[in-house]
Amino acid sequence: MTLLSGSDKVQELTVEELRAKVGTGMEIADAEEHMLLSMGPQHPSTHGVLRLLVELDGETVVNLAPDIGFLHTGIEKSMESKTFTKALVMTDRMDYLSPMSNNLGYILAVEKLLGVEAPPRAQSIRVILTELARVASHLVWLGTHALDLAAMTVFLYCFREREYILDLFEMVSGQRMMVSYFRPGGVWRDLPEEFVPAVRHFLDFFPARLADYEALLTNNPIFLNRTKGVGVISAEDAVSWGLTGPSLRASGVNWDIRKAQPYCGYEQYDFDVPVRTEGDVYARYLCRIQEFHESLRILHQALDKLPDGPVNIDDYKIVPPPRSTLGTSMEAVIHHFKLWTEGFKAPEGFVYQSVESPRGEFACYLRGNGGPKPARVHFRAPSYVNLASLPKMAKNLFVADLVAIIGSIDIVLGEIDR
Amino acid sequence: MDRAQLVVDKVTAVFPDAVTEVQEFRGEKTLYIALQQLKAVCQLLRDDAELQYNYLSDVCADDMLPDYPRFAVNYHLYSIPFNHRLRLRVAVEDPDEGPETVGSVWAVATWLEMEVWDLMGVRFAGNNSLRRLFLPEDWQGHPLRKNYPLGYEEVQFSFNWADIDAKKPYAKD
Repeated sequence: MTLLSGSDKVQELTVEELRAKVGTGMEIADAEEHMLLSMGPQHPSTHGVLRLLVELDGETVVNLAPDIGFLHTGIEKSMESKTFTKALVMTDRMDYLSPMSNNLGYILAVEKLLGVEAPPRAQSIRVILTELARVASHLVWLGTHALDLAAMTVFLYCFREREYILDLFEMVSGQRMMVSYFRPGGVWRDLPEEFVPAVRHFLDFFPARLADYEALLTNNPIFLNRTKGVGVISAEDAVSWGLTGPSLRASGVNWDIRKAQPYCGYEQYDFDVPVRTEGDVYARYLCRIQEFHESLRILHQALDKLPDGPVNIDDYKIVPPPRSTLGTSMEAVIHHFKLWTEGFKAPEGFVYQSVESPRGEFACYLRGNGGPKPARVHFRAPSYVNLASLPKMAKNLFVADLVAIIGSIDIVLGEIDR
Repeated sequence: MDRAQLVVDKVTAVFPDAVTEVQEFRGEKTLYIALQQLKAVCQLLRDDAELQYNYLSDVCADDMLPDYPRFAVNYHLYSIPFNHRLRLRVAVEDPDEGPETVGSVWAVATWLEMEVWDLMGVRFAGNNSLRRLFLPEDWQGHPLRKNYPLGYEEVQFSFNWADIDAKKPYAKD
């Protein structure tokens, strides 16, 4: 029995030694005849540092177990030692492809715990930015997914367009990726003047670019061969295994949190939820491609309806007072000082807030104990839960199909390991 | 009728002493369930035609130190057909004798419980996959517990590099 590790050194192990060594608790069907392959953690198709232990019969996957934790940084623990506002920066670092969605999930949970609601303009800004983040995140998915299936061109194009969106993020927040732009009670600052025209420019040129990608992939016979009928999961299994987002909707379950339990005023926008019934890799591809178009529709409406007014609530116990008042108002100085040294206090109790992130249901469980720091933060990371069904989808397929399936469930390891 | 009330009625009709408390905070209903009856209640919630909580969104544990019972496990359920969320909360006195696994009700529970075991150390009876998931296999303790320190590393300077390096707990050579 041999275990192939990252190097080309082959170790001879007994079955018992092997079981102790693999560290994933996976049932090994036939340790004598089958090969155990350790795929990753440094493997380009595992989208980060995911290690898959794969039991192979020839080229067929008999069983596999994901081995995660290589990026574990204890975010949930660290957040307990920071005030609610300061803990926000850690949420960016989980799903680093869509930091806006993470910010939103956490901030909505904090606002729910405090019992406040951001003003309408802030809500619209949040919608615009999370939809842009969805487009940016789907662009990375599309590029890397195609790259895994040996289509190099799409990757380069996708990153070009993503760069434009990252520039927009930099415009509003000063940061390309780790934005921390949404704050309890509103957003960091109002949008700069040039932001709306820049987004409109993006909406003008992006549909044509999207058509280019689709021309490269949607009817490409090689792509179809690699994706159609691969990694099928039924609607019933998908629900039981907790799949969310486009991966769930590709199996025929119409559940989108933006529609089912709207937040940030999503109910005022007219958009469709793309649903497919095949449940294979290709259906997940089509769902996400369609989501691009729906996101653009939401963006058009949100820009048209963008209300005027303040972007923060006027409770200076939660939101820092305007800088200009610090020179003239004693209360403002006190509020400013108390807020940045101590933070605001949240009541005792716990809340659970879900948002629809590009990968699925991103939820935050937040418990306050009357103090300025969260007593417990827990994130329901969609990538983590979506990974659970990977062994089910990949069984009895080829290793090459496994690569296609990993790409199609669109995982981000920063979010899985947290 | 209020859906949460419907749940309470349905559950108490079958298991009279399963629901120990119903709490509402910020529009979210929480049902406190007795530990021994959790799995049966979950099965009922999923299978009853008028409830159909067919989706387990999340399992997460809370360390309530210094309160007693110290641990609590939350199950965030969702009913896709009825678009309704519900939280079940179970108080756990002894983390080694936690609630029974609900992996047979929702397949994803096995995976979610692994995270709870690794980081909070609540053991789920009947879940055979519990192992170190995020942390190395030889890790001591469960970091999300309140009595687990955040951990600060001693800063190494050139004059004390060797001293600190000698007692640092990582593999050498």
